[in-house]
Amino acid sequence: MATTFEAVAEIISETSDIPLEEITPEKNAFTDLGIDSLDFLDIAFAIDKNFGIKIPLEKWTEELNENKASVDEYFILSKLCTRIDELIAAKDA
Amino acid sequence: MLLEYFQMIDVVEDLDPDNGKIVARADVPMKSTVFEGHFPGSPLVPGVLLIETMAQASGFMLLSRMKFEKMPFLANVTSAKMRTFVEPGEVLRVEAELEHDGSGFAATKARISRDGKKICDSKLMFRIMPFPNDTLKNNMLDRYSQIRQSSTG
Repeated sequence: MATTFEAVAEIISETSDIPLEEITPEKNAFTDLGIDSLDFLDIAFAIDKNFGIKIPLEKWTEELNENKASVDEYFILSKLCTRIDELIAAKDA
Repeated sequence: MLLEYFQMIDVVEDLDPDNGKIVARADVPMKSTVFEGHFPGSPLVPGVLLIETMAQASGFMLLSRMKFEKMPFLANVTSAKMRTFVEPGEVLRVEAELEHDGSGFAATKARISRDGKKICDSKLMFRIMPFPNDTLKNNMLDRYSQIRQSSTG
């Protein structure tokens, strides 16, 4: 069974046409991989469907706009995967 | 349909916002300036306007589902297939259903048919955003009221 990171990397590679080997846990989806917000909608859609969760993009965007959080907190892939795991655990609880 | 004004939906025939489904009717006009260019001597509804029609059906379903608190903006035509031509005077059945209700976005599947025959289908994605102003919100409410009234006589 693929890890969360492996599944997310596969999704990013397919939706954004980025070679899988360039997608590593320490990369920031936006600043390192060059994914834009429209591409990220496709990624969020695929992640939601794949894991049966709902990534709280609106809340994250609000926090970013209000400088309550940094882009790295949500979009470095290792941190994104941790948050996905938390959402999966909350769903299953 | 008033193609020049991008009023693509004439009547909402069935709407189930909780389950994310809508069935609407679109009456293609006999005359439109659009047909003068698309195409001279062989008038056809442009494919992009059929996509717009599917987007508007999806949009009204989403607006109703969100109680007009936010506006869905078409962000991504994930796929679209135009299977046959649409000519002046045709009556179209437009159906859309929610595929995914995300946070700040929504995905729908939509299709248009005529007399049970598939015309086109698409997968669409919308950004869900605050209305930029009250003018747009009121316009959407007015338009929705018109097409809902049409469906209830």
